[in-house]
Amino acid sequence: MELDFSSQAHYFLALLPEIVLTVFGMIVLVTGVWNKEGEGKAGSESLGAWALVGIVIAAGANGWLYGVTQTGGEGMVVIDRFRLFANWIFLLAGALCVLISLAYITRQRIQAGEVYALMLFAVVGMMVMAGTENLIVLFLGLEVMSISIYALAAINRRDRKSAEAGLKYFLLGAFSTGFFLYGIALTYGATGTTDIEGISQAIRTGSAAGPLLAFGIAFLAIGFGFKVAAVPFHMWTPDVYEGAPAPVTAFMATGVKAAAFLAFLRVFMVAFPQVPDDWFPIFWWLAAITMVAANLIALVQSNVKRMLAYSSIAHGGYLIVGVVAANQMASGAMLFYLLIYTLMNIGAFAVVISVAYQGEDRLQIEDYAGFGWQQPLLGVFLTVFLLSLAGFPGTGGFIGKIFLLQGALDAELWTLAIVLVLATLVSYWYYLRVAWYMWMREASAPDAHASVFTPLSMRVALFGAAGLILFLGIFPSAFGFLDFVQSSVDSLFGAAAAVVQVAP
Amino acid sequence: MLSLLESIGYGDWILHALLWLPLVGMALVLMGPAARAKHLAFGWSLILLVLSLGLWWAFESGVGTFQFESSTPWISSWGVSYAVALDGISLFMVILTTFTTSVAILGSFNYIKKYEKAFYALMLLMETGVIGVFISIDLFLFYVFWEITLIPMYFIIGVWGGARRIYSAVKFFLFTAFGSLLMLVALLYLYFAAGGDSFAYADLLNAPLNLQEQLWLFAAFCLAFSIKVPVFPFHTWLPDAHVEAPTPGSVVLAAVLLKMGTYGFLRFLLPFFPAAAQHETVITVMMILGIIGIIYTAWVAAVQPDAKKLVAYTSVAHMGFVVLGVFALTVNGLQGGLIVMISHGISTGALFLLLGMMYERRHTRMIADFGGIGRVTPWFATAFMITALASIGLPGTSGFVGEFLALLGTFQARPIMGVIAGTGVIFAAYYMLPMVQKVFFNALDKKENQEMPDLSRRELVILAPMVALMIWIGVQPSVFLERMEPSVRNVLEYVNDSGLQAQPGQSAEASVTFSSTVPLDGEGEADEAAPIHTGDEE
Repeated sequence: MELDFSSQAHYFLALLPEIVLTVFGMIVLVTGVWNKEGEGKAGSESLGAWALVGIVIAAGANGWLYGVTQTGGEGMVVIDRFRLFANWIFLLAGALCVLISLAYITRQRIQAGEVYALMLFAVVGMMVMAGTENLIVLFLGLEVMSISIYALAAINRRDRKSAEAGLKYFLLGAFSTGFFLYGIALTYGATGTTDIEGISQAIRTGSAAGPLLAFGIAFLAIGFGFKVAAVPFHMWTPDVYEGAPAPVTAFMATGVKAAAFLAFLRVFMVAFPQVPDDWFPIFWWLAAITMVAANLIALVQSNVKRMLAYSSIAHGGYLIVGVVAANQMASGAMLFYLLIYTLMNIGAFAVVISVAYQGEDRLQIEDYAGFGWQQPLLGVFLTVFLLSLAGFPGTGGFIGKIFLLQGALDAELWTLAIVLVLATLVSYWYYLRVAWYMWMREASAPDAHASVFTPLSMRVALFGAAGLILFLGIFPSAFGFLDFVQSSVDSLFGAAAAVVQVAP
Repeated sequence: MLSLLESIGYGDWILHALLWLPLVGMALVLMGPAARAKHLAFGWSLILLVLSLGLWWAFESGVGTFQFESSTPWISSWGVSYAVALDGISLFMVILTTFTTSVAILGSFNYIKKYEKAFYALMLLMETGVIGVFISIDLFLFYVFWEITLIPMYFIIGVWGGARRIYSAVKFFLFTAFGSLLMLVALLYLYFAAGGDSFAYADLLNAPLNLQEQLWLFAAFCLAFSIKVPVFPFHTWLPDAHVEAPTPGSVVLAAVLLKMGTYGFLRFLLPFFPAAAQHETVITVMMILGIIGIIYTAWVAAVQPDAKKLVAYTSVAHMGFVVLGVFALTVNGLQGGLIVMISHGISTGALFLLLGMMYERRHTRMIADFGGIGRVTPWFATAFMITALASIGLPGTSGFVGEFLALLGTFQARPIMGVIAGTGVIFAAYYMLPMVQKVFFNALDKKENQEMPDLSRRELVILAPMVALMIWIGVQPSVFLERMEPSVRNVLEYVNDSGLQAQPGQSAEASVTFSSTVPLDGEGEADEAAPIHTGDEE
């Protein structure tokens, strides 16, 4: 099927996944309102099920879009494999986060309708961000996502820390959005367009004004830095991640990060490849400082959620290396890495939520003493997720890291590659620390971990995530998956760059 | 025997079987009843040992190239393949691994009391990892197995170890990971230098590198391997890991994990970076580090009150001989290094088992807590004595052959270094014999020791083959040497041929002339020996 965006109907077709999710979000929201007296009862789980159905249908629509080619249009909505692959990541993050919230929401007596509706709306925002070539539409997506997440962070109104997290995230998020918007404005001032192809064109033809553009790029980069929590724009992250309800934290750490990275990957690869001096050094230092600082600070965290917060900042640092490398291989690596990262991070949070009795109770690393021997299955799962986060062979995290390193070395970023592996070495320590508490320390009591609660939905998420991580870690090429990922970024690099393909 | 093996297509499946069957065993152990875990694991490891022994006959001695080679694409987008093969260097390492694993599992029957299923499962996982390291001829595959071995060892030390087990386990993990990660970057550099489309051994071997690149990459690979060996300034993790590890952990650590480092020297470091390996400064530095390792750790070992720590330090000393032999870059040196690797695997493994038996009886490893126990435990004392003598290199035992050849090779290359290193043999006697005397021969003055039971039947079964091997290698080394010689020559030829442009030297001739005069050597087939990278080269 071909779409040239000559009529309104083409937009509806091109946005089918987003529209499906929006509709389901509204259904869940309204049903939740009617169900008010059933808050915290059985009703909340059926709402989650509705959200899952919406995600599955949206995934179907996303798959259908692979058969659609775009023949016209102004880049408000693009149909390319990059967008569709990005959508897989967001839908996966959404589905897994719904699965791991079901029991949590019920037990914490949180308004289920709002939670699942907001999650679906946030996913819509992410999909819009990665699926446009226009900075204004990108901003629209960013706001849809961000506002949903602000509300989600504060959703547990009985918990003061949750409210604090929401407020902090909102204030700093609004601040960074200001930077981002200003960046768009300056770029528009310099190039006369908000379409990223047009920006690239203007820079190529030399009609872009120098300093204005440089400031525009810098402000965009700052807005980007806030959203992906790159050091030194990461200050909000630990508090927000610690205070927000755990399933929401998992969602923020994966979906939001992936959306920000993918949107900006598109912007920087398509709009600014001709002016590397303007942004290359900024990202080089962002990557290096983020990797080093986040990993060092993570070493001293005693709260598991906080540790995972710093770990997610560190992973952001690894991903920025991919942005700096700015080549096809590294961009493909970022897609792969974000997919794996989503799986392993949500998986780790799923175990954390189980240990915390589907609440926020036991979050200190000491609480994990002897956990593995009393709950072997969960212990093995968490070990797998941690090893994958650490980038150990046999897991998807390893393949992702190698992929990123290959991209970086292809761009001859030797120093950054060495910083990356040394930062990884540092990260081993804090990931292993959880493992040693789990397996090598004695539990405080023989039944200390007897009442850990893992409902069926959570087990589905755990088995799914761990299974995929191991499968992609051992057979990344199965069904041509690596090539599929690699070719998903072709559209960012145009026809000329596509010649420089990876070896078959 | 050979025709029997051929009739079952042994060569086609043996390497894959050795690599993956331990994982099947691991699953069986995990699913089976806990009370039977040890018997199941031992039975399984025994099957693997028997299977691997077939290699002794199926392996065609006199051929220096890879045998039983097979390669299937694995991650085709990056040119990674699942490629395994065996040559005269890895042959011994594989058999040593299957042997050691069986022995270590049998030796842990009484020592491991908690979480038995997990323990034996990890031992089998380790076997897969180590065999993978020794038979991979794809660098990506090699790296995966190289890293995988860290995980079971980390848990074996950390869960079943002594009081400071967590500290030791983490130190072990981080030290080795540090080297490995830098090696990973170097490996990727090499991959791109070779064209960026294959990780296969033969392809990376031909990467065009200038001397400066070679030196940097050499440094990265060498660091990773040196930490594993461990070579002198990087050895501090080893005593901690050994002392805290449970007996079977120590046995596997000493017998095979350390060999991964020296194996890396032979398989990757020398052939990949020949110009760097022949660089005068590099050779001098490595040899000096080897010598410091031999002499310094011998002195440190001599003052240890803890017998296990003493033996741990002797490991470093032995590995010093291997480093010396390898960097002599002569046939004798390399062969000596290999024999020391095998001999150290058997004798130090046996020493750790013996110390474990002592510990099971008396719950102490302090030398001062023993004395005169040779009178109450004659069998135990005999086994210990023979093992200790093999460890210090008494003629007629395996240790002598290896150290003699390594020193001979060193002497050919650097006479002065050879002389200095030779004193290490004396120091070996200086740390080992007083320990033996204090434990077995002084007055039997402690009441607890008078009741010490002698070796049980199970313990005899463990030790007898080890002692037999020490003596067999000692009196008939030629059957071992003839199997490894072509491969060793192959490595050397490669180093000398490719290194010549960068560093004209005579070591190639020197090694050939000398080795033919040494009676211990097998007949030299150097002239026919094909270059190491035959097979899949286009």
